[in-house]
Amino acid sequence: MKSIAARRHDRRAPLVLLALALLLTGVLYALAAPGRADAAPLAGQADVAAGAKLFQANCATCHGVGAVGTSVAPSLVGVGAAAVDFQVGTGRMPMTMSGPQAQAKPVQFTQDQISQLAAYVASLGPGPEIPTAEMVDPSKGDPATGMAIFRTNCAMCHNAVGAGGSLTQGKFAPNLWQTTPTHLYEAMLTGPQSMPVFNDANITPEEKRDVIAFISQQGGTQPGGLDLGSLGPVSEGLWAWVVGLGLIIGAAVWIGAKSS
Amino acid sequence: MSSVDHYTGPANLPEGHGPQELPERFENPGLPEHKPRMGDVDPKVDKRRERIVLALFGFSTLGTIGFLVAYFALPTGKDVETIHRSNLWLGLGLAASLLGIGLAAIQWAKSIMNNEEKVEERHPMASRPEVREGAIKNLTDGAKDSGISRRGLLKSAVVGSILLFPLTIAVPLIGEIGGDWNVSKLKHTMWKKGLRLTQDPSGRPIKASDVTIGSVWHVIPDGLDKTAQPLNEKAKAVVLVVRLDPRDIKSEQIPGASYEGILAFSKICTHVGCPVALYEQQTHHLLCPCHQSTFDVTNGAKVVFGPAKRPLPQLPITVDDQGYLVAQSDFDQPVGPSFWERLR
Amino acid sequence: MSTPNTSAAGKAAGATADWLDQRTGVGVAVKGLARKLFPEHWSFMLGEIALYSFITLLITGVFLTMFFVPSSTDVTYTGPWAALQGTTMSAAFASTLRLSFEVRGGLLMRQVHHWAALIFLAAIVTHMLRVFFTGAFRKPREINWIIGFVLLTLGLAAGFSGYSLPDDVLSGNGLRITDGLIRGLPIIGTYVSYFVFGGEFPGQDLIPRLFTVHVLLVPGLILALVGLHLAFVFMHKHTQFPGSGRTNNNVVGYPFFPVYTAKAGGFFFIVFGVIALLGATMQINPVWNYGPYDPSPVSAGAQPDWYMLFLEGSLRLMPGAAEVVIGNFTIPLNVLIPGLVAPLVLLGPLAVYPFIEAYATGDHREHHLLDRPRNAPFRTAFGLSILAAFFVLLLAGSNDLLATHFHLSLNDITWTMRFAFFILPAIVFTVTRRVCLALQRKDRELVLHGHESGRIVRFASGEYIEVHTPLDEHERWIRVQHEPIRPVQIAPAEDARGVRRKRYGADARRRRVSRLFFETRVEPVTPAEYAAAQEHGALEGGDGEHRQVTASGEPESISRS
Repeated sequence: MKSIAARRHDRRAPLVLLALALLLTGVLYALAAPGRADAAPLAGQADVAAGAKLFQANCATCHGVGAVGTSVAPSLVGVGAAAVDFQVGTGRMPMTMSGPQAQAKPVQFTQDQISQLAAYVASLGPGPEIPTAEMVDPSKGDPATGMAIFRTNCAMCHNAVGAGGSLTQGKFAPNLWQTTPTHLYEAMLTGPQSMPVFNDANITPEEKRDVIAFISQQGGTQPGGLDLGSLGPVSEGLWAWVVGLGLIIGAAVWIGAKSS
Repeated sequence: MSSVDHYTGPANLPEGHGPQELPERFENPGLPEHKPRMGDVDPKVDKRRERIVLALFGFSTLGTIGFLVAYFALPTGKDVETIHRSNLWLGLGLAASLLGIGLAAIQWAKSIMNNEEKVEERHPMASRPEVREGAIKNLTDGAKDSGISRRGLLKSAVVGSILLFPLTIAVPLIGEIGGDWNVSKLKHTMWKKGLRLTQDPSGRPIKASDVTIGSVWHVIPDGLDKTAQPLNEKAKAVVLVVRLDPRDIKSEQIPGASYEGILAFSKICTHVGCPVALYEQQTHHLLCPCHQSTFDVTNGAKVVFGPAKRPLPQLPITVDDQGYLVAQSDFDQPVGPSFWERLR
Repeated sequence: MSTPNTSAAGKAAGATADWLDQRTGVGVAVKGLARKLFPEHWSFMLGEIALYSFITLLITGVFLTMFFVPSSTDVTYTGPWAALQGTTMSAAFASTLRLSFEVRGGLLMRQVHHWAALIFLAAIVTHMLRVFFTGAFRKPREINWIIGFVLLTLGLAAGFSGYSLPDDVLSGNGLRITDGLIRGLPIIGTYVSYFVFGGEFPGQDLIPRLFTVHVLLVPGLILALVGLHLAFVFMHKHTQFPGSGRTNNNVVGYPFFPVYTAKAGGFFFIVFGVIALLGATMQINPVWNYGPYDPSPVSAGAQPDWYMLFLEGSLRLMPGAAEVVIGNFTIPLNVLIPGLVAPLVLLGPLAVYPFIEAYATGDHREHHLLDRPRNAPFRTAFGLSILAAFFVLLLAGSNDLLATHFHLSLNDITWTMRFAFFILPAIVFTVTRRVCLALQRKDRELVLHGHESGRIVRFASGEYIEVHTPLDEHERWIRVQHEPIRPVQIAPAEDARGVRRKRYGADARRRRVSRLFFETRVEPVTPAEYAAAQEHGALEGGDGEHRQVTASGEPESISRS
């Protein structure tokens, strides 16, 4: 570089060259790096400002001004856009009352408003980002790997096929059959409420997509017939007594009855 | 307090004298009169009942045919829908085939067969006295013929040798059935100094820096799949790794066993051995789903609820020079459920 | 010998019968059994439900053995189930998947087999309850009761060994729990664990061993004992409910051939058919969702089949503090008490109940007439209170599902059940006993005063009465036929010279137990009481006035006592 610059007559030439090199690197990087979420376009300053207003009106009473946290709710600095998209997008937030179990409720905001809230919280500190559509596309995941990971990491709370399960003191892990792929991804990534965090070193993004592929296959037609809630032997036993023995004893009563 | 509701009037009246005498208890009024069914008196109803039975047998035959059609026409083994369809139609055909016969037979018995109640006498179960005496006489005669009376040694010899001979079967059966009987293996796992902690089931080693606060990692020892009996080793060696903010740790089970807030505990419940897999990130509790034993990670995995008694054994860990988590040694006690000699 | 049927089929049947009889002398049996009478009541068919579901198990079981591979050797799955593609699993698990997905009718047979197992045990329990509450276990049927109990235990063993065969995560965790229980036995625990598993858990030996137990040993024992159980029923003749024409010394019913051949035979098809309906429409034990057994994963909602839930519940309820360390030796009472002691305490008294009751009544006669449960208040209350304890354990075993479905706290449910296990049976006992006594009093009222007809009659004097229709003799008989059971009488403690009798202590104990059972009782109406009620008016609480009223409502005669 020095030789070229040396033959130029302007002493600012090296600086310009440096700037050009940086620009080139930046453009190449922007082209080669994985794309950002399509659902949530790159947050502009307008989104952040709108999100701040929404946050002030709906969230600051519990989470504090500037989301630094209060005695009833934790700080949201660093939780990332993914956490907000999940919590608000499933209706868990705003919570009706502070506690360890946030119930999924009817969603209070439009998707645009959720994106704005997410942009605002993301602007407070770096954190997990919202996944792209490709990252959560079930058709691209391998359900066999997904099941193997789900079995070891998830089934003990959510049940072998995601039908849901009990935790202590009234908390529970919910049924996953109606959860969108994006929300599944975000939950794994951010570890909402009682759920642990499964960062990308623990369950890689591809493995997360495999889990999504596995879950997307659950909750539909079962090979053996009605799934009775997929809850296991207890519901099977209940049906055996009520339906099975009920019908059979009904037949026995008919057999023993006097005929006219 | 006792209360008896019974007659407190005049004492029992004598029997068989005059119109005032009454038996002590009511007498059985005898079988009620047989009421014939409609089908017994009306031939039209009888014909209709017969047709019902025939129809039910026909229904069964239709069911059998339906089953056979489903068997040949419906494939299985492609996807969930085909498997379900095959199972459903085969099953409905089978059910119809069976229920038709059952309903027909019962309807026949109820509506067509003679339903007049009949009476039969019972006899006492015990044999008649002369039969019993005859039996006793036969046995005594036989005993006399055998010559066993007053030969006490002979009696003991018979009993003794017959009681002993099953040992020839029982001893090798029991002796071989227990494998190598080396129960001391229960006290050790394959964890040892320097062995890397890897992810279950992929086997990827774990960097300490990847273990963030609030995460939980399911861990197996490096090289598990190369052991002779991987499942047997895994059944003792599975471990759970969590990271706490060091300020949240109230007490440690083994001082120096954790690494910068990263704690590793045996995943085998100390109650009866299920995997203690549920980690509640907010309460820092580990919950076993089988019988709900709850362990507090901030207090050295002590039991806070449920039928377990002992805390989960802690695996002492540190990092190797590349930053991966490794064990410092094996557990300091046998993992899993208690057994008699676990502290020896 | 002339037969009414001279068709070709009839001739062939006759020839066959003759051929057999000449070689076996079977004519005697046929003569004796063909027209044997059996009394009719739907509750007598509960044992048949167990028998027929057992036959269903045998039939479908044979089908399954043609495809199931009882081996723990690892294979890689290459079948149609996408979520398990390429997964390493035991041959047992893989063959279960192949049977379910790739064999036509395989899934149906498997599901019918498993539903039949659940119904088999439900029927055994229901049948046992019927026999208990009607007193059908009394002499001469005590042996049959014990055989039935052993059959219940064998049924549990068959079910447990059966659902563990596919080697999936759910049943495998059940085996792990069993190993934990076995290990806890003092002194011998670890050796018994090695005995069962052929070494350390899980080992390679268990699945093949369970297969032998499940397919050969247990069914063989069940078949033998069921044969004995049925032989006794034929020999003793079936018990019957009290009613007109039925005495302790007769059997009133219908002949085995043709009525019960058709009814019982038809019922077999109904039982099999209903179970087939379940297998066709309702999925059971989807092992492909649980995955092949591995000691690491576990699913929420980890329960055994319903008949083992009482053990599961007792394990969940026991507080952990009970583990005891003596020197270097550990005795996990927190596992041994719920796993061994509690079932023994609950089931033991039931197993020997015939002898307990015989001790309390001092009754050595044969009983072939059944009790209406209300006429045996102590027995009914005792049975229901044990049932209440089992029910609490059943709910405790499902506590995590109750928590999620009814939005309750798991821990609160556990605490409630811990107390309920002791309190509920006591409450149920007291309430049931009182209800039985009250029902007996109601029966007395009904006999003495008749049905309330709802017809009100007003006399000229202005008085209103309700007309009662007296019971006919058949209705009355059911309510008065039972014998009042009174506490045993024993000889006085000292004889005429004041010398204390040696056996007095034992007799006094027996009388105490007998009083516990029978001191509080309601006795049936006697003819004398009935006559008095007819003549003198109401015996209890009335003002002594009673009018005879004709069918048209006119007063017939007035009498005052």
